[in-house]
Amino acid sequence: MSDTTATSAAGRSGPGIDPVKLLLEGRAFFALIAIIVVFSLLSPVYFSVNNFLIMSSHVAIFGLLGLGMLIVILTGGIDLSVGSTLALAGVCAGFMMQGIELSWLGVTLYPPVWVVVILTACVGALVGVVNGVLVAYFKVPAFVATLGLLYVARGIALLLTNGLTINDLAGEEALGNQGFAWLGFNRLLGVPIGIIVLAVVALLCALMLNRSAPGRWIYSTGGNARAAELSGVPVRRVQVLVYVISGICSAIAGLVLSSQLTSAGPTAGQTYELTAIAAVVVGGASLMGGRGTVRGTLLGAFVIGFLSDGLVIIGVSSYWQTVFTGAVIILAVLMNSIEYKGGRKAPKPVPRKSAPA
Amino acid sequence: MTRHETIAAETGAQAVLSARNVAKSYGSVQALKGVNFDVRRGEVTTLFGENGAGKSTLMKILSGVIQPTSGEIVLDGAPVHFDSAAEARDMGISIIHQELSLAPNMNVRDNVFMGREIMGPTGVNYAEEGRQTRALMRELEEDIDPLTPVEELRLGQQQLVEIARALSVDARILIMDEPTSALSASEVEVLFKVIHDLKARGVSIVYISHHLEEALQITDHAVVLRDGTMTARAPRREIDLEWIVHNMVGDNFDLGSPPRGHEMGAPALSIRDLVLPDPNRPGRNVVDGVSLDIRAGEIVCIYGLMGAGRTEMLECAAGRVANSGGEIRLNGADVSGLSIAQRIEKGLVLVPEDRQRDGLVQTMSVGENLSLASIGAFTRGLFTSRRKEREIVDRSIREVTVKTDGGGAPIGSLSGGNQQKVVIGKMMATRPGVIMLDEPSRGIDIGAKAEVFRLLADAARERGLAVLFSTSEVNECLSIAHRVVVMRRGRISAEFGTGTSKEQIMAASGESAE
Ligand SMILES: Nc1ncnc2c1ncn2[C@@H]1O[C@H](COP(=O)(O)OP(=O)(O)OP(=O)(O)O)[C@@H](O)[C@H]1O
Ligand SMILES: [Mg+2]
Repeated sequence: MSDTTATSAAGRSGPGIDPVKLLLEGRAFFALIAIIVVFSLLSPVYFSVNNFLIMSSHVAIFGLLGLGMLIVILTGGIDLSVGSTLALAGVCAGFMMQGIELSWLGVTLYPPVWVVVILTACVGALVGVVNGVLVAYFKVPAFVATLGLLYVARGIALLLTNGLTINDLAGEEALGNQGFAWLGFNRLLGVPIGIIVLAVVALLCALMLNRSAPGRWIYSTGGNARAAELSGVPVRRVQVLVYVISGICSAIAGLVLSSQLTSAGPTAGQTYELTAIAAVVVGGASLMGGRGTVRGTLLGAFVIGFLSDGLVIIGVSSYWQTVFTGAVIILAVLMNSIEYKGGRKAPKPVPRKSAPA
Repeated sequence: MTRHETIAAETGAQAVLSARNVAKSYGSVQALKGVNFDVRRGEVTTLFGENGAGKSTLMKILSGVIQPTSGEIVLDGAPVHFDSAAEARDMGISIIHQELSLAPNMNVRDNVFMGREIMGPTGVNYAEEGRQTRALMRELEEDIDPLTPVEELRLGQQQLVEIARALSVDARILIMDEPTSALSASEVEVLFKVIHDLKARGVSIVYISHHLEEALQITDHAVVLRDGTMTARAPRREIDLEWIVHNMVGDNFDLGSPPRGHEMGAPALSIRDLVLPDPNRPGRNVVDGVSLDIRAGEIVCIYGLMGAGRTEMLECAAGRVANSGGEIRLNGADVSGLSIAQRIEKGLVLVPEDRQRDGLVQTMSVGENLSLASIGAFTRGLFTSRRKEREIVDRSIREVTVKTDGGGAPIGSLSGGNQQKVVIGKMMATRPGVIMLDEPSRGIDIGAKAEVFRLLADAARERGLAVLFSTSEVNECLSIAHRVVVMRRGRISAEFGTGTSKEQIMAASGESAE
């Protein structure tokens, strides 16, 4: 998306507004409007505050996963383990809420909710460190490394719970660990906490990407890792960093989800990694790395979330839902290739990323 | 215009391919403003012009890579329209691009025949392709196995593969956009021999180069482009170097002389007994015991043939590859164990040879590329300061005279030479103490070359910058360098002061002077 350069670079001397370009750049936005209009016409329930709030709590999950995914994809990587990390994080949080039994001391610890949140984020970060080290230092292709972690994290989540779901997350007043449900149910000024969490995380990500050195490192690593390295960018550390951020985002998503459901199941979040990738791609990021924005990914998450919920509301069969979602993703990617290749043709059909000079 | 038209009419009979009133604009940038250009039958037409003059754009239009905004292309007297490069290729027009367009993961043979595979009864006829590739390589006198992956080749060899690919087409019109920018003198000789053969076979050739003397050797007819318009044209017998320079940039430029009148300090960079084994040939070293001192304020030039080990030595010093023996000291402190980033921090920087692969981040803007190596200089606390960044970017654009419509322009919109200036500007922006430049003049015009050399000479005199640059052009050795070091087969074979001659330098590098 060329607005990354416009917002983060030293200013773009603006050529006149080109309607085609505007349409391409704002495609996710227009898609979202179109989705809202169409479904509002099809169902009276769709266009109501209540429904929007419900849909946005779903979007919050995809959005959080999508932001982590975006940051990984910007470096040219991919993180397939986010869905499993989400489940693992939920289960770990549930476990801690049940009390940590220290058998050799004969006591059970009930950590307060904020400690649970921090420790859960650490679990996500740990998964990220493993991913990142495998990719950056052992040169395992990102697809393979994170595919492995997809299985491992899911397996650990199943092991921890014996495959069962932890249902009691409310805590007890006597133990001082109440308040877990706050994340998923409460509202601040009418906005669900999940959405506020998403907004805060998005703001932090946007600040990092556009206004900090690590952000510039991330974009340059994805654009051309060799050139970045020769310019003094610590490419390997950047690679570890992005997977850690993705892990933490997944863990936060796991907390929000299990709080919304008031239960933590080891099978939660299956195939969510694909939804997250879809959100990033619909948002205009390039899977080759180096291009993409937080704004785009958020829009992508809203498009996918509002579309799938809308299809449920108007009562389309779940088979058709799958078909529609897939069609939207393909459409988005088609427009990506128009944006990146259109106009300037590559000199020859060879896989070089650079534009001809 | 009328003058152009009359000339076109005069020469029309000899033109095999012509551009008539061709204009091309990219948004608000007018790359070509109504150019008439003839490719003369069976001759070598050379195209001169400064960076961003529109040479590559014109060639891409003639070879169907891009389409003109207005104007027409005439082939053998009839107007034609190419929708793609493949279409032009089928009409016998072949182009060697300024920026390499090879697939690095594929081998030489498959690159040469990419998109035109020779089909046999059971699929691709690899044996025939391999045979033809070997024959082409023999013609270019370069011993490259057709099965070598392109990414393992040196830049110069990659350029030869690119040339081989264009030759394999058997075109009747061959366009060469800076085919020799990564080649050294002896490979250029070979290429010129090939060009003579082609001419004898009736092939018409367009040749673009910033190595003016070199280009003069094979020119039959010269055309100068300036700011998207044709400013001059003349047959070989009427022109000389001065004529080209005058028409290209107006003034006569010389490449400067070694800066004088400043104290040279202690050795800023000391390389001791540097050894680097050859990854492809076990038991041999690409860099074989090199020792070199560069003092603060001193400018040293390394000359050598392709494969002499210059690039490898510089990459070692920059920390790109680990040396297996020897040590590298910066201002007396051992830096051998430091990463690239740490060395940059300490003031030791490298401007790499291959700008596409190692120099530029294609997805970022001109400004972001220029500031990439000095992010620390405009970061306050956690965040970058846009104002500070713009200052750095604007200063760099001015210093290295990048022709661009602002720091926000995409890097791919710059002409080849201007991209090269961005790579140099990026490293200069870090305010280094020692700068190493690997073939810094690749693809930049004489005006810009003089500009860059002046920038380096000034920094050496005023700030005590130590400069180490490599080149394959002897003339550049005799410009601002206080000392010329010649490398041959991984070793330093000779060292000269300022009072040396081209012939001495070339003899020491193992090539015969003409
Ligand atoms: N894709 C593009 N988008 C915008 N501007 C472009 C694009 N390609 C070229 N230009 C502009 O067109 C002009 C001519 O570029 P061109 O590449 O033809 O120059 P050149 O004569 O080949 O220069 P050099 O000697 O540096 O290779 C330049 O000002 C360049 O910035
Ligand atoms: Mg060019």
